[in-house]
Amino acid sequence: MAQPVTLDARAHDKDALLTTKRESLWQDALRRLVRNRAAVVGGVIILMLYLMAIFADKIAPYPYEKQTLVDQNKVPAWMLKVFPTMQPYAKISDKYLLGADYVGRDLFSRIVYGTRVSLTVALIGPLISLIIGVTYGSISGYFGGRLDNIMMRIVDVLYAFPGLLFIILLMAFFRSTFARPEPGTFTYAVSQLDARLGGMLFIFIGIGLTAWETMARLTRGQVLSMREKEFIEAARTIGATDLRIMFRHILPNIVGPLVVAETLAIPGYITTEAFLSFIGLGVNPPTPSWGSMISEGAQVIRTYPNQTIFPALALAITMFAFNFLGDGLRDALDPRLRGTQ
Amino acid sequence: MANEAVSPNPISAKNGRVLLEVRNLVKYFPVRGGIFRHVVAWVKAVDDVSFTIHEGETLGLVGESGCGKTTVGQAILRLTEPTRGQVIFDGQDLLKLKGEALKRARRNLQIVFQDPYGSLDPRLPIEESIAEGLHIHGIGTPAERFEIVLEMLRKVGMEDYHAMRYPHEFSGGQRQRIGIARALVLRPKFLVLDEPVSALDVSIQAQVLNLLRDLQREFGLTYLFIAHNLGVVEHISDRVAVMYLGKIVEVAPRDVLFGNPMHPYTQALMSAIPIPDPTVKRQRIILKGDVPSPLNPPAGCRFHPRCPMAMGICARQEPELREVAPGHFVHCWLYQPHEAEPVTAQTD
Repeated sequence: MAQPVTLDARAHDKDALLTTKRESLWQDALRRLVRNRAAVVGGVIILMLYLMAIFADKIAPYPYEKQTLVDQNKVPAWMLKVFPTMQPYAKISDKYLLGADYVGRDLFSRIVYGTRVSLTVALIGPLISLIIGVTYGSISGYFGGRLDNIMMRIVDVLYAFPGLLFIILLMAFFRSTFARPEPGTFTYAVSQLDARLGGMLFIFIGIGLTAWETMARLTRGQVLSMREKEFIEAARTIGATDLRIMFRHILPNIVGPLVVAETLAIPGYITTEAFLSFIGLGVNPPTPSWGSMISEGAQVIRTYPNQTIFPALALAITMFAFNFLGDGLRDALDPRLRGTQ
Repeated sequence: MANEAVSPNPISAKNGRVLLEVRNLVKYFPVRGGIFRHVVAWVKAVDDVSFTIHEGETLGLVGESGCGKTTVGQAILRLTEPTRGQVIFDGQDLLKLKGEALKRARRNLQIVFQDPYGSLDPRLPIEESIAEGLHIHGIGTPAERFEIVLEMLRKVGMEDYHAMRYPHEFSGGQRQRIGIARALVLRPKFLVLDEPVSALDVSIQAQVLNLLRDLQREFGLTYLFIAHNLGVVEHISDRVAVMYLGKIVEVAPRDVLFGNPMHPYTQALMSAIPIPDPTVKRQRIILKGDVPSPLNPPAGCRFHPRCPMAMGICARQEPELREVAPGHFVHCWLYQPHEAEPVTAQTD
């Protein structure tokens, strides 16, 4: 009868061993991130913004495109306390929390719907640049030699392109070509998709075309430095394939800096979208984007500053949130970099 | 460490069968320059190196930094592809193997690295690092693999509860033990030990060396022990090969090499071993100059510009690695016949 008892004891021991798995580096990083107050605040704000984007139709009191012409440029009563200069001419209406714009659309509702554009860009930008950039950079860095040389020269050439100008040209070209395409053609399908996305398709394409290059360079450098590590050579002598080395040993070790770089790049994507919308190459009206709202508000900035300030404030808060989170991630994933830029 | 009593290895070099033979191994690294990154020069890291290792023995490979000893180890394991030469392991030329056959052959040859901090994946608990080889070669179920890992950990003097920890939770000596466990988990026949103790404290060095020796007996392992510390090499090796600037200059059984070094370079190296007795004064042979660049090694014997015994022929013609006594090979004109010539006066 002694035999089963010892077996059980062993099994129990092993269970204990497996369950007392030590804190991994990821858990350690998460713990450091949670202790960073600015990063937590940034993260919470981002979470709230995403919830706002998803439930925009529940939160916004009015549809974003609903024009009420009699309510043109109306402001709520409290606004006069903030901007007393409006006193002589402002028409008061407490129907609108932040006022109405030049065709009587609710500013607050449009800001809420505007999160959809900015936060989609904040999601798509990193997604494209991670997928293309990390793949490209990994191949270049891992296989090295001539291939690396050719691939990196291509990136150099693309990098030398003025990115924003490139996007503007791209939009101008496609928007005019795709203006009235024949149904059933490829261009028709693309323009339909663009219209369905409220004009965001070309913003995605434009950002994606330029954003991955930095990522590819960063990834290549990281892979190069990892590739020479002894544990990679050890894996090779064990008989690990290139794919296994890449996915099991190299990527998990470099994903930290890549995520940090990408998080810190998000404000850049948001700015690009806002800028494009500001100059009229962004989303199609009446889809609200903070950039286009700032652009419209700028026309009346001296008489109704609220129409510029609130979308700009929303933009600023979002950018701060992403920056705080990015800084926090960097500190958490690589404590040695704390306090550096 | 050198004066610790060491019992001889049960399988002596003489009666063992040849397990690994390196023939005319050459590794040149290209130096690229210019806009088009074309090859402007070659670093002759390993230049025509040959040696054999018998089953169960330890061959020590010593030399200064940059003499190519690590490259030899890496070329045997094909961590760098040699430029030319043959590596015959168990009758099979490793350099000709590809794909599946190479993967199978690699089970038998493993490596322990110098840097205990860089040799373990920081993102994996050590259990996964050790078990990876088993996983790749499809050995056992996950539960069986875990059992093998625990057994291996015990063999290298670690505890079961260490299995789930991460590399950063261990000291250098412990990590080196884990590195040894990972190398041994596939039950290889041959291990390249690339300066396995030079990054460790002296007290830990002895522990790890003794562990390596115990494991060698238990598993019948054959070692290529690469080091620059002669004391360590004397402690563990059965035979010793001395490298200088990409060439082997002398190979001999340990006691012969340490008792009667013949090559002037080996003699100079030996005279540099510190004696742990302050009253003993030793005549040190101080070599003049620095190690020449392997980019452009001297013609003839590579050691001749620094050699205290250099003759006229040394600058013109390279000597061969010649057996001067049973098992004792020297790469020097002093020990091989050459046409008589007037001794030229040294200019400096």
